[in-house]
Amino acid sequence: MNCQQTQELMSAYLDAELDASAALRLQEHLDGCDGCRAAMTELEALQDRIAAQASQHQAPPHLRHRIQSALAAQRPTPPRPAKRQKTWSWAWINLGLATMASTAFAVTLSLYLNQPSTDTLIEQELVASHFRALMPNHLADVASTDQHTVKPWFAGKLDFSPPLHDLAAEGYPLIGGRLDYVQQRPVAALVYRHRQHIINVYIWPSAPHGTRQGQRQGFQVLRWTQEGMMFYAVSDLNPQELADFARELRAKAAGPM
Amino acid sequence: MDKYLDDDDTARFEAMAMPHLDAAYNLARWLTRNEHDADDLVQNAYLRAFRFAGGFRGGDARAWLLTIVRHTYYTALRDGQAERGDVSFDEALHDQEDGGDPADLIASHDASRTLNAALARLPTAFREVLVLKEMDELSYKQIAEVTDAPIGTVMSRLARARQMLLSYLKPDAAGE
Repeated sequence: MNCQQTQELMSAYLDAELDASAALRLQEHLDGCDGCRAAMTELEALQDRIAAQASQHQAPPHLRHRIQSALAAQRPTPPRPAKRQKTWSWAWINLGLATMASTAFAVTLSLYLNQPSTDTLIEQELVASHFRALMPNHLADVASTDQHTVKPWFAGKLDFSPPLHDLAAEGYPLIGGRLDYVQQRPVAALVYRHRQHIINVYIWPSAPHGTRQGQRQGFQVLRWTQEGMMFYAVSDLNPQELADFARELRAKAAGPM
Repeated sequence: MDKYLDDDDTARFEAMAMPHLDAAYNLARWLTRNEHDADDLVQNAYLRAFRFAGGFRGGDARAWLLTIVRHTYYTALRDGQAERGDVSFDEALHDQEDGGDPADLIASHDASRTLNAALARLPTAFREVLVLKEMDELSYKQIAEVTDAPIGTVMSRLARARQMLLSYLKPDAAGE
């Protein structure tokens, strides 16, 4: 082993990291070489000096505390999954309750919406009544084209006096009158005719309502209120013709009786 | 997220890692060469070690922690956390508690200061192997694992580090 090899391996020799044969050969070289032995001594002195004088830093107490609290801060990580699971299950329960509530509401709403309104019920009754009236001998209880015959007939049968108007001149001759029963109350039914079409006008006292036009089972239904009375005209006339009739009737009713 | 850390894990980690805090801090101090960065480095390294504690397969906990300290340092360096540059080592010397004659104390301080300054001058790759060898007394094999280098490289770096250190100390050696 020459000087160069020796000086390369000296450091490892110092650290006792050389294998036995290399260590032996290096030792042999040192024994015969003053220069390398001096270098080796210098290296050993350096090692001693580092051990004695180099700063071996100790962790300051605050760092220990900092790390421990930082580690503790990591701890909330574990409960979180469990907590989250819990939260989720509550979320599902809430979702379930909400769904149930919504469903119940939807069912109720659809039942409510499917439930016919009062107007619809009246119209159904009136159309049924109109249809029944068209059967033989059902049209009029008092068959007369004379309003002065028909009007008194209602007296004593109703707690109100239905307005009666002659519309023969306008093409709607009166056929007669009839007592009917709508919405658990007796009402006046006046029968007019337009060409071959029968028009039933149902009248009863009522608070003002909006005008309403509808179609039911092929019959036209037209409603209006006038002078504290509810008027329902039911006919198989087309909507326009029934509207014309209603206009004539309303005009008569508004005019001098 | 396959494994959740609980209190037991924390306690187990502290029992394993806290005894090596001084070694970790010493390496951090010699890598960063200042107190403040060393604090941050060690804390980051310990948190990282805690997260990866599952990856610790037994063996030398100290070497494992030193590996993480070193890795954390180079990661931070690579990520652009500027090295603070050389910092006076005067503060470091105040840590040393030497008893005895004030004259000896001053001489010892001077010698220590010189040595510390010389160590600090070493390029990091040489400084770290020397610290691991002389202060942590790790074997070449352990140093190779910590620094992720072949044993032959560790050996040559140590030899080189010592030669450099001797050359740094030479001008002052006359005054000693």
